[in-house]
Amino acid sequence: MQTKTLEIWVGVFIAAGLAALFVLAMQVSNLTVLGDDGGYTVKARFENVSGLKVRSAVTVAGVRVGRVSAIEFDPMTFQALVSMRIGARYDELPIDTSASVLTSGLVGEKYVGLDPGGDMDVLKDGDEIMLTQSTLVLEQMIGKFLFDKAETGKGE
Amino acid sequence: MQNRLAQLGRTGLRFFERLGRAHLLLLALLRGLPDLLLRPYLVVQQVYAIGVLSLLIIVVSGTFVGMVLGLQLYNTLVDFGAEASLGPVIALTLVRELGPVVTALLFAGRAGSALTAEIGLMKATEQLSGMEMMAVDPVRRVLTPRFLGGFIAMPLLAAIFSVVGIYGGYFVGVGLLGVDDGSYWSQMQAMVDFDKDVVNGVIKSLAFGWVVTWIAVFEGYDAMPTSEGVSRATTRTVVHASLAVLGLDFVLTALMFGVD
Repeated sequence: MQTKTLEIWVGVFIAAGLAALFVLAMQVSNLTVLGDDGGYTVKARFENVSGLKVRSAVTVAGVRVGRVSAIEFDPMTFQALVSMRIGARYDELPIDTSASVLTSGLVGEKYVGLDPGGDMDVLKDGDEIMLTQSTLVLEQMIGKFLFDKAETGKGE
Repeated sequence: MQNRLAQLGRTGLRFFERLGRAHLLLLALLRGLPDLLLRPYLVVQQVYAIGVLSLLIIVVSGTFVGMVLGLQLYNTLVDFGAEASLGPVIALTLVRELGPVVTALLFAGRAGSALTAEIGLMKATEQLSGMEMMAVDPVRRVLTPRFLGGFIAMPLLAAIFSVVGIYGGYFVGVGLLGVDDGSYWSQMQAMVDFDKDVVNGVIKSLAFGWVVTWIAVFEGYDAMPTSEGVSRATTRTVVHASLAVLGLDFVLTALMFGVD
């Protein structure tokens, strides 16, 4: 009887511990959002990807379809070569899809937004996205804006 | 001057002797592990004594740590209009750091001290020598089940602590302060990474469980067989295990998250 209750308590404890790990995996972390089961990799070259990180989101129409898997510097073209792992479910992206580095919110984190084109061919593993748009660098924008203001002010 | 040097040398030698004995004991503990397959009930008893009996303090502290985190972080984040990040901040704090570390500190105080006192008293009352007289190896019969029990219990306790804390933060943040329910969970899921955060937290808690039970078992086994010796050994367990946990946590954090 004594051992029985003891064993039950230990069973309850281990079950609770494993349930807690399960909650951490399923409810708290991103394991359910997109596992790395299958999927395919596409590449894109950008002039500037400042702020983009490995594991940043790749989205289509605001829905996450994959993650950035690697960011490299291409010494031949002086561009950033970004590899993106797209989920296997999303294998219908046209070959003339364009990619741009966007920001969620004003100062939020960077992500890659894909804009599907109209071609009949679809992107496959290893393909490169040709149409890209770099991230907006806030300092450059402000600089341009001020310069523009100064130019218009000179005319008056 | 010479005496001073000799004193220093003696202290150093004694330190390394203890360190050596601790590692020899660890080897003996690991060698005894296969025997436990024949007597799993010994481990079950220890998981009960170490794990189940620590549940109450772990659950209560987890809830309150989570609730305090919710309260404090909300007040800071709301100034920046970022109270939607409450969920991920609480979850990351708990899963990466506070879950394993606070659990290990409580574990050292609650279970580690009990282990040392039990083993030390067994030694002081010559129960361990009695076992040796009966050709029962006290390391295999008494120490190894406790070591394995602690090693099993610690990661489970840490996971329970983190989950309870996240729900404590949920209760305060969403229930009392009015953070949006959906953004609490969805932002959390977006920010907390399974491989990077949850798995590393579990690795941390495994390492802490290993170190704390090892120290506790060794201090008990190495205690002077007097009441004073046992009391000193118990104190040393709590102090050394807590320091080891904090130091090891920094090293592990640097290894896991430092080089990014």
